[in-house]
Amino acid sequence: MISLKSLSHHYPGGHSISFKDWQINKGDQWLLLGESGSGKTTLLHMLTGILKPEKGDVIISGTSIYSLSAKELDQFRGRNIGIIFQRPHLIKSLTIAENLSIAQTFAKLPADSKRINEVLTSLGIADKKNAYPNELSQGQLQRVSIARAVINKPMLLIADEPTSSLDDKNATAVLELLIQQSQMNNATLVVATHDKRVKDAFTNTYELSWAH
Amino acid sequence: MGPLKISWKSLRSKPLSSALNIMLIAFGTGILTILLLASRQIGEKLDNNSKDIDLVVGAKGSPLQLILSSIYYIDFPTGNIPLKAAMELAHSPFVKRAVPLALGDNYNGIRIVGTDSNFVSLYKLKTSAGKFWQKDFETTIGSAVAKTQNLKIGDTFYGAHGLTGSSDIHKSHQYTVSGILEHQGNATDNLILTNVASVWKMHDEHEDHKTESHEDHDHKAGEAHQHNEADHHDHEDTLPADESRELTSLLIQYRSPMSVAMFPRLVNETTNMQAASPAQESTRLFSLIGVGVDTLQWFAILIMFIAAISVFVNLYNSLKERNYDLAIMRTLGASRTKLFLIVIAEGIMLTLAGTLIGIALGHLVLEFIGSNQESGQAQLSGFVLLYDEIYLFVAGLGIGIFAAVIPAVQAYQSNISKILSKN
Repeated sequence: MISLKSLSHHYPGGHSISFKDWQINKGDQWLLLGESGSGKTTLLHMLTGILKPEKGDVIISGTSIYSLSAKELDQFRGRNIGIIFQRPHLIKSLTIAENLSIAQTFAKLPADSKRINEVLTSLGIADKKNAYPNELSQGQLQRVSIARAVINKPMLLIADEPTSSLDDKNATAVLELLIQQSQMNNATLVVATHDKRVKDAFTNTYELSWAH
Repeated sequence: MGPLKISWKSLRSKPLSSALNIMLIAFGTGILTILLLASRQIGEKLDNNSKDIDLVVGAKGSPLQLILSSIYYIDFPTGNIPLKAAMELAHSPFVKRAVPLALGDNYNGIRIVGTDSNFVSLYKLKTSAGKFWQKDFETTIGSAVAKTQNLKIGDTFYGAHGLTGSSDIHKSHQYTVSGILEHQGNATDNLILTNVASVWKMHDEHEDHKTESHEDHDHKAGEAHQHNEADHHDHEDTLPADESRELTSLLIQYRSPMSVAMFPRLVNETTNMQAASPAQESTRLFSLIGVGVDTLQWFAILIMFIAAISVFVNLYNSLKERNYDLAIMRTLGASRTKLFLIVIAEGIMLTLAGTLIGIALGHLVLEFIGSNQESGQAQLSGFVLLYDEIYLFVAGLGIGIFAAVIPAVQAYQSNISKILSKN
């Protein structure tokens, strides 16, 4: 369903990096392992259409995403890929519900408050709906960012170091939520991390290695 | 949620800096609005009043003062001119029409003007009620006078000595209102018109009753009744000999363009009077006011410029804080164009709000100034919309776009992969 073929990237500093091919099937849960600086974020950005690779192809359910126009690519990402970052990064001037609602409208989907309630409830933060981001704790904010990632029922859910700024208890909770939400929404899950605590939960692992 | 609402929410989340920007722009626009309205209204009033008057002849002194007193009814007259000499000029072949003016009295600060039917045809006056004055002590009052003084046809009042103040009232004769003028939009709205003889008679009687206190009588320069001692003998029914009578000034309409070259020289060189051209003096007056207007205008433009920079800095700084937010919006599916719109809309909303508030403020302040003005002749009004205000509006919009365009382009061009990997 998702395939990465002979991707490589050229860093401004001068050195290049190549990635081994990667085939991800629908519903899989993958761990992307690698030390920091090994190109994890670069690979994730290529996978999500944020960074155009120098060579190679990213095909998501039949669409070669870098053959889309910039605008089409933005919309494709908005509809089909949910991304969770290391820190939540919600829009401070908007309430939690509004933060989720812009994710719907940016993807050119109708605003759907029922879906917003449903997702917030499943993550246990429905009561924070009308709060502003600065009123929430770090753990609650990370839940909101998961909610934002799954609000449009994406086929691919990607998390970049989602646990590295959290303590053990919260890290486990977030990981469980990610797995649970990807199952609930029939999404393929890819979690990139160097966090040893995460390893055991996954069977599929893509390890970054230095290729020529 | 559309880009406009996102911009609006973003502005609302930082009320202080938004309010500062709006205030700066409102202040600049407000000053420009006041200047625009005031200079337009003053210019119109000047033109309206001196429209058909080619020349004013009066006593020697400042020509500007002569124009101000005889056409705009603001300053004191320069003095009096002998009726005989004035009539000689009035019958000159250069002159098509000569309107005599005799000033010197007021009613609650409104000038009573002694004149004749030439005044009516010069200003093309019409009555909205009643008729023009015919007999002595009959008056026709301007539309604004009727309104502010609550005078109706048949009402009577006493004139007071001087051009302002009502301490010295002429009790001997009563004026009667015989007619009210239609609104003219010029100085005549604020005048009380009567015949010249009434003004003369008023002062003849006045002098008679006050012979003893004659020396104390405070004759301000240029008031129409600096009488000769001879006046005392000639009063009551018959008008006194022309030699002793005086006027304040003559308004002249030329017979032909040739008069422009000849007539003022004739007056200035062969008589003891002076000729002043309303066009020339108005231009001089306006250039004097103009210096102040120019200074204020540059001041307002400077404020607008500072406002533009302030909006720019505000957006630019907030963009630095927000570029991660904007990058996230891109990952959520927002296009580059949408981010551009969000940032530019913030700038435009700020300046548009500032401009609208500024224009409204300008109107209110000018109306406030106008309602506190003493002289009714030059009264300014804030409740006038000018077509030119659309330029202020456009300028405000332009400043918004100008201040927002660099941050907006940056938002458009931002490399989200770079921003997101920086964390």
